[in-house]
Amino acid sequence: MTDFSEILQIVGLSILVSGTSTLIGSVVGVPLGVLVALRKFRGRNFVRTVAFTFYGFPPVLAGLLVFLILSRGGPLGFLGFLFTPIGMILAQSVIVMPIVMGITISAMMTVEKRLHDTSLALGANERQWRTTALHDARVGVFTAVMVGFGRAISEVGTVLIVGGNIRGQTRVLTTAIVLEISQAHYLEATIFGIILFVIAFAVFAFLQRLQAKGVV
Amino acid sequence: MTALRRPREPLPWPSFVTVWRVAFVLAALLILAGMAVSIDLQPRSFIILATTTSARDSGLLDYLVPYFQSDTGIGVRYTAVGTGQALDLGSRGDADVVFVHAPSAELAFMASGQGLCRSPVMMNQFVVVGPNQSDPAGILGLTNATIAFERIRTTHALFISRGDNSGTNIIEKTIWSWVGYTPSTTNDTWYKESGQGMAATLDIASQLVAYTLSDDGTFLVHSANLDLRIDVQHDPALRNFYSVIPVNPSVHPSIFVAGALRFAKWLTSERGQSLIGNYTAGGVRPFQPDGQDLCP
Amino acid sequence: MSAAPLSLEGIHKSFGTKPVLRGLDAEVQAGEIFSIVGPSGAGKTTALRLLDLLDSPDAGRITFHGKSYPIRSPESLAQRRRMVLVMQNPTVFRATAFENVAYGLWLRGVPDAELRGRVFAGLDFVGLLEAAKESAEKLSGGEQQRIAFARAAVLNPEILLLDEFTANLDPFNVRLLEQSILRYRHETGCTVVIVTHNLFQAKRLADRVALLLDGRFVEVAPAADFFEHPVRPETRAFLSGEMAY
Repeated sequence: MTDFSEILQIVGLSILVSGTSTLIGSVVGVPLGVLVALRKFRGRNFVRTVAFTFYGFPPVLAGLLVFLILSRGGPLGFLGFLFTPIGMILAQSVIVMPIVMGITISAMMTVEKRLHDTSLALGANERQWRTTALHDARVGVFTAVMVGFGRAISEVGTVLIVGGNIRGQTRVLTTAIVLEISQAHYLEATIFGIILFVIAFAVFAFLQRLQAKGVV
Repeated sequence: MTALRRPREPLPWPSFVTVWRVAFVLAALLILAGMAVSIDLQPRSFIILATTTSARDSGLLDYLVPYFQSDTGIGVRYTAVGTGQALDLGSRGDADVVFVHAPSAELAFMASGQGLCRSPVMMNQFVVVGPNQSDPAGILGLTNATIAFERIRTTHALFISRGDNSGTNIIEKTIWSWVGYTPSTTNDTWYKESGQGMAATLDIASQLVAYTLSDDGTFLVHSANLDLRIDVQHDPALRNFYSVIPVNPSVHPSIFVAGALRFAKWLTSERGQSLIGNYTAGGVRPFQPDGQDLCP
Repeated sequence: MSAAPLSLEGIHKSFGTKPVLRGLDAEVQAGEIFSIVGPSGAGKTTALRLLDLLDSPDAGRITFHGKSYPIRSPESLAQRRRMVLVMQNPTVFRATAFENVAYGLWLRGVPDAELRGRVFAGLDFVGLLEAAKESAEKLSGGEQQRIAFARAAVLNPEILLLDEFTANLDPFNVRLLEQSILRYRHETGCTVVIVTHNLFQAKRLADRVALLLDGRFVEVAPAADFFEHPVRPETRAFLSGEMAY
C-alpha cells in the first residue's frame, strides 16, 4: 500500500512533469501564437486552423506517437527517454503547446488595430510592436497558460503510455488513480483525486494573485 | 525567442519582459532537473521489466522486487501492461526482460529469435468464483471448469466476463468454446461484460451476486473485500504458467543483458523459488514454484 | 531641393479604386503650426499617416530636410522616431499613466533615471502628475488624451502630428490641450501639423491653414488671410458652411 513518502513522491513528480511541460509549452506556444496572429505570411490561415484543431487532439494519441518515437526501436530511441520523467515532460509539452498557442492567437486577435498605429507612431518597430500587443493581450495569454496547465495536470493517457506508471519513477497522480481503480481501491483513488484537485486549485489561486498584483 | 539573444532594440514594459525571461530560465532549469531525475549513468543499475496486470495485481512483484534489489543491488522498474504489449516492449528493446503467462505467445516470441532464453518460473490457477451465500448453478466443489460453465449456462446464472481480450478473458472464451457455446451480451441477459481489470470485475460480481472467472492470485488479494468464494478449482486445464524471458540483446544494443539474466536466474533459484512459494495473499499461497533455469 | 523640415511634393494615394489624395503639395516651415482643415473623408487622416511614414504614397515624395525615406528602411524608422502622431480617440495601453507616457522612451532605450525625470515632467506638463500610478484605462477621455499628448511630448519630436485630437472632448480639456500645444511649441520650437475640423481651433492655434478638398490643397494661407480674406470660392463656401458634402 502506498505510504506517505510514496504519496509525496507521486505528488512531486506530478508537479514537476505538468509544471515543466506547461512552461515549455508556453515558452514555445506564446511567441508562436504572437507571430501567427500578427505577422502576415502565406499559409497563415492554414496554420491557424491547424493550431485550433490540435485543441481536440486526444492525449492518448499523442502518447502513442511519442512512445513510438522514444521507443528504442524508434528514431529518438538512443536518448533513452521512454519510461522516464523527461519523456513524460516532452510528451505533455507536445499536447500543451498547441493549446497555449491557439488561445494566445485568439487573445492576440482581440488587440485593437489602432493600437498598432499608435505604437508605430510612437516609434516602435515591428518586433517592439509584437511585445506591446502581447502585453496588451496578457490577460488572455495568461489564460492560455492556465488552460495549458489544467490540461497537463489532469491528463492521463500520455503519461501512462510514455511513462509506464512505474512505481517510484514515473507514477503521477492521474496514473496512480487509474491503478487504484483497476485494483478496485476506490477510496484510495478518490483521495488521489482530491489531492490533485487541491494542487490544481492552489496553483490557479497563486497564478490569480500574481495576475491581480500586475506581475503578469 | 526574445530572451536568448541580446535584444537589438530595447523592449517596452520591462517588468513584463523580465517575467518572460524568468519563465524561460525556469523552463530550462526544470528540463535539466527532469533529465537529471531520468538519467541513469552507464552502466545501468536497473532493469526494465515488462509484465502483465495480473502479475502486478496479485501483489507478487511488489513483494519480490525489494528482495531482488537487496540481494543483487540491481533495481527493478516494472511496467504492467497487456500480454501483447509486454512482449512487444521486449521486441522493441524497451524492456530488458519479460515476465508473462501466455505460453503460445511466448513460444512465438522465442521462435522469432527475440528472446534470449525462456525459463518457467511458477504457476497458479484460474478459478471460478461465485457468491458466498448461494450457488444457483450448483458448481461448488467441482474440479472441472467445463462442467461448471455448462451448468452456469443451463441455469442462466449471472456471469461477469472481463470482456477485454486479456489473458483471463481469452481463457474464459476458450472454456466456453469447450462447452460448444458462445455467449453474447445481446442474447443472454445473464452474461455481462465489465470491460475492466480483474479487481473491478470481481467487485462487480460481488455486488451483482454473480459468478466470474479469475486468477487466484488477484482473487485472494482482494477476497477480504468481496462477498465471493472459490467454487471451482484445481482444474488441470486452468493452470496458468508463468515464464521469464530475458530479451535477446540482438534486438537492441541498449538491453541490459547481465541484469536481465540475473533476474531470470534469481527467479528460478532456490532463493527466488522459496520466496514465491511462501508468498501469501488472503491467507492462501496462490503460486506454486515450478521454476527451472534454462538460461545460459 | 527644399530644406524645410517637412515637404510634400505631388502626393497621390488611392485605396483600391478610390483615389483619396490627388496631388498634394505643401511645405511646412520650421517651428510653425500648420493646420489642415476640410470636410470629413477628404483624406486628412490619410495624409497624416503618410507624413508619419506609416504608409507610402502611390506617387510623389515626402521629404524631411530634403531627404526622403522609403517606408521599410531603418532610416525611415529613425525618422519616424523624430516625429510623433497623436490620433483621435485616445488609444492608451493597458497600463498605468506613467507607463503609457514612458512607452516611447522605453522604445528608444532611454536609461531609467533620465526616463523617470522626463515622464514626471511630461505628466506635470499636462497636469496629471497625481494620476501617475493609476490605470490609464480608468481615466476619463479628456485625461487619456492628455496622457497621449504627454506621451508624445516627452519624446521631444521634431515634428508633432495631431489628428483631430481634441474631437469629442469637453471644453476644459480642449482648452488645456490647446494651451499645452502652444506652450510646447514655444518652449521647444517643434513643428506642428494639426488636422482639425474645428475652425475655431484652427483660428486659435494655426500660423498657416490649408484646405484639403478633393484630394488637393485648394488654398494654403496664413491664418488671418485664410479666415478673413479667403481667395478661393471653395474656401469661402467651406468657411460659411454653405458647402455641401
